[in-house]
Amino acid sequence: MDTLKVADAPEDSGEAAGTRQAGLARRVLGTYGIILVLVALSLLFGLLSPVFFSTENILNILRQVAVVGIVAVGMTFVILTGGIDLSVGSIIGVASVFMAKAMLAGMPAAAAVVMTLAMSALFGLVNGLIVNELFIPPLVATLGTMTALRGVAFIISGGLPVFGFSNSLSFLGQGYVWIIPVPVVIMAMTFAIGFLLLDATRFGRYVYGVGGNEEATRLSGIGVKSIKALVYTISGFLSGLAGIVLLSRIDSGQPKAGQGYEMDVITAVVIGGVSISGGEGNIVLVVAGVLIMGVLSNGMILLDINEYVQWVVKGVVLVGAVGFDRVSQQRKLRT
Amino acid sequence: MLELRGITKAYPGVQALDNVSLTFNRGEVHAIAGENGAGKSTLIKVLSGAIRPDAGSVALDGKELGHINPHDAIRLGISTIYQEFNLVPFLSVAENIFFGLEPRRFGLLDKKRMHRMASRLCEEMGVDLDTHARVKDLGVAYQQIVEILKAVSRDARILIMDEPTAPLTTREIDVLFGIVERVRRKAVTIIYISHRLEEIFRICDRVSVLRDGRRVMTTETKATNQQELVSFMVGRKLDDVYPARDSRPGAELLRIQDLRNGKLRGVSFALREREILGIGGLVGAGRTELARAVFGADAFVCGLMCLAGKELRIRKPRDAIRWGIGLLPEDRKQHGLLLSMSVKQNISFPILKALSLCGLLRRQREHRLCLDLSRRLNVKTPSLDQRAKNLSGGNQQKVVLAKWLGTHSGILIFDEPTRGIDVGAKQEIYNLLNQFVAEGKSIIMISSEMPELMGMSDRILVMRNGVVAGTLEKGDFSQEKILMLASGIEARSGDS
Repeated sequence: MDTLKVADAPEDSGEAAGTRQAGLARRVLGTYGIILVLVALSLLFGLLSPVFFSTENILNILRQVAVVGIVAVGMTFVILTGGIDLSVGSIIGVASVFMAKAMLAGMPAAAAVVMTLAMSALFGLVNGLIVNELFIPPLVATLGTMTALRGVAFIISGGLPVFGFSNSLSFLGQGYVWIIPVPVVIMAMTFAIGFLLLDATRFGRYVYGVGGNEEATRLSGIGVKSIKALVYTISGFLSGLAGIVLLSRIDSGQPKAGQGYEMDVITAVVIGGVSISGGEGNIVLVVAGVLIMGVLSNGMILLDINEYVQWVVKGVVLVGAVGFDRVSQQRKLRT
Repeated sequence: MLELRGITKAYPGVQALDNVSLTFNRGEVHAIAGENGAGKSTLIKVLSGAIRPDAGSVALDGKELGHINPHDAIRLGISTIYQEFNLVPFLSVAENIFFGLEPRRFGLLDKKRMHRMASRLCEEMGVDLDTHARVKDLGVAYQQIVEILKAVSRDARILIMDEPTAPLTTREIDVLFGIVERVRRKAVTIIYISHRLEEIFRICDRVSVLRDGRRVMTTETKATNQQELVSFMVGRKLDDVYPARDSRPGAELLRIQDLRNGKLRGVSFALREREILGIGGLVGAGRTELARAVFGADAFVCGLMCLAGKELRIRKPRDAIRWGIGLLPEDRKQHGLLLSMSVKQNISFPILKALSLCGLLRRQREHRLCLDLSRRLNVKTPSLDQRAKNLSGGNQQKVVLAKWLGTHSGILIFDEPTRGIDVGAKQEIYNLLNQFVAEGKSIIMISSEMPELMGMSDRILVMRNGVVAGTLEKGDFSQEKILMLASGIEARSGDS
C-alpha cells in the first residue's frame, strides 16, 4: 500500500463480503436501532388503539414532546462534552414565572422574551463557570443550581401561579402554522439549528473533541473551557425558550413548571444514543429518543395504563437503552 | 526457591523477554538491573501473574506454577509493590493492611484485634506508625511501608519491589532499607528493581542484568562494581539501521533558560535550526515534563523561552502552536488522538479555524488538505473517514504528525516517537524525521531507546532528576556516557 486509498480496501474477497454484510447489519442496528424501536412501538400502539395513528393524535404527541425536545437539544450538547445539566427543569420554572411577572408588570411581550432568554442563558453560563473554575463535577454543580433556581422560581412567584396578564405571545404555545402546532415548529427549528451547529461548524467538532478526549483537545490548542461554558449557556438558553413555550401554552407562570423535566430530557438524549461519557452521539437520533418518550406516554395513556406503571416502563426503557449502549461499546473495545 | 525457566515474551515489534532463566534464593535480596526497555517490567508482570509468557514457566520450590493470575500469585506468597500503590486512601493503616482478610468476630469486623495485630506487625518491623491514621494522610514513604506490611501480613515469601526509592528522600530511603532488612530476616526473598546502582550495592546480595530481554549476567554484588554493571547493561547491539542524514545544524533557534516547575529544577538548553536534539535519561528524570512545559501543556513557574532571539510567552498549548511548536506525546491514545473521530477530523482539528468561514466548515478544503497531508506521510488507512482507533500504532503516529504539519510547525517535539510501533513503521518514522530536518524543521526527540537516541540525534542532552546532567556532541556518543550521566555515576577512567 503505497498511496492512501480512499475507496474501500480492494483486498476484501467475496468470502469476506458475507461477514461484512453481517457487520453492516449489526452496525445499522447499532446506529439506527433506536429508529426501529420507535417504529415498532408505534405499530404496537397503532394495533392496540385505533386512534393512535390519527392526525390529531400524532400532532398531539408532537406537541406534548415539544418542550422536552427543545431542552433535549441543549442537553445533547452538554452530554456530548461529557457533562450533564440537571438545572434545566428549574430554569424552565424561573423563566416561566419571571416572564409572567414581567408581563404582569406591563412589560411588552417581546421585551419580556428577550430578557427571559438572556437571563436563562446567563444561568447556563453560571453552570459552565462553576464547572470550569471551581472544578466541581457537572452533576454536582448543576444539582446545586437546580435546587437554588427552583427556590428562585418560588421566591419570584411567592409560591403561587402567576396569571392574569395579557400575553400577546400566546400563539407561541397555542398557535398553529398550517396544522402544525407552533411549539412543534419551534422544536423542529431548534433541532435543525442544533444539527447544523454540530455537523457543519468548527464549534460542533470541538464539542465532540472535548467529550471524546479533553486533554488531546486542549493539546490541539483549543480552549476547552470556553467550549464547556458555551454548551451550558446553550442549554440554559433553550431551557428558557422551553419555559416561554410552556408559559404560553397554559397562559400562566408556574413556579413548579418544568419540575422533573431534567430526567425526561436526559432519558430522551440517552435513548437517542448519545454516550453519557461524551464524545459520541448523533442529534438526529435524539429526535427519535424524544419521540419514543412521547409515544410511550401517549400510547400508555390511550391504553389506559396506570400512571404508576408508566413510570416503571420509562425507567426500564432508560436503563435498557444505556445498558445497550454500554454493552455494545464494551464489545467494540474487545474486537 | 523461585525459578524462572526459559521465560519468553514478545510484543509487536519487541522481544521483551528472550529465554530468561533465573533462580532466586530464599532470603536474598536480588536486584534486577537494566536499561529502560531491557525487560524488567515485563519480568515483574510475569512473576506477579499480570501477563502470561509466550513460553517458559515459573517454579516455586521446584513445583511448576502453570498459568497464574495476580490473585493466584498473592495466594502463593508472591507480592508485588508497584510504583502506583494499591491502597484505599480513606481507610486506616490497619484496615489497609488487612484489606480483604479482616479479622472477624460474630461476622462483624473485629477492629480491636485488627489494630492490635497491626501494631504488633509494626513493632516487629521496627516501624513507628499509628495504625488508626488514614492512608491518604501519610507521606509516600509510609504508604509504601503500609504496602510492605500488607505483603508481610499475608505471609509473602517473595516480595517484588519496583523502583521503591524513586519517590523517596534520602532519609526515607534509610527507613525503607531498614525494613527491607527485617523482612529479609524473615526468610523472604526480595526482588529489587532499581535504576540507582549505588542502592543495589547497598542492600542487595546478588544482581542480575537484563539487556534486550536477555539475562546477560548474575553475580554476587560483592564480586562486581558499578562500572562493570553499566558495561553489562549497555552492551546492546545497534542492530536497527538508521538512515544516514547530511546533518548540518544552523543557528540557534529556540533557547530555554532555567525552566522550573514541580518536576523541573532549572532546565536550560538551546535547539538549533535543522537539528535533531535527542533527550535521554531514565524514566522519571523529567523529560516528558520538559516537553509538556515547552509546549505549554503544564505550567512552569519560572524560566524563559526565546525563539530566534525573541521572548516567547507560552501559557497554554495554543500559544505554542501559534509559534509553530508541535508536540507528539508519548501516550498517543490519551493525549494525541481523538480515537473515536475520523482520521480526517483528527488531522484538521487544530486548524479548523483556517478551514472555516464564519464558523462553518469548508469541507472540500478540509478533505483536500487532509488528503494531501496523509499522502505526504503515507498514512495507511482505507479512507479518511476511518476512525483513528482502528489504525495501527505507526499510522496513528503519522496522523498526529499530520496534525502538526497542518499547523506549519517548525519545531516538533517527539516524546518516544516509536513507542509501540513495529519495526517497519519505525523506519518510516525515522525517514520522516530526517525529511523534516532536510526541509528546515527542528526536532526535539525524547527517547528511552539508546540506539534510536544515538542513531538519530545530532546532539544528546541527558536529564537526571529534573536537571540537565550533561550534553553530548555527535562524536562523543556512547551508551556508557549516556547511562553514566543518566544515573549520576562519575566516569572514572583507569579505575576499576
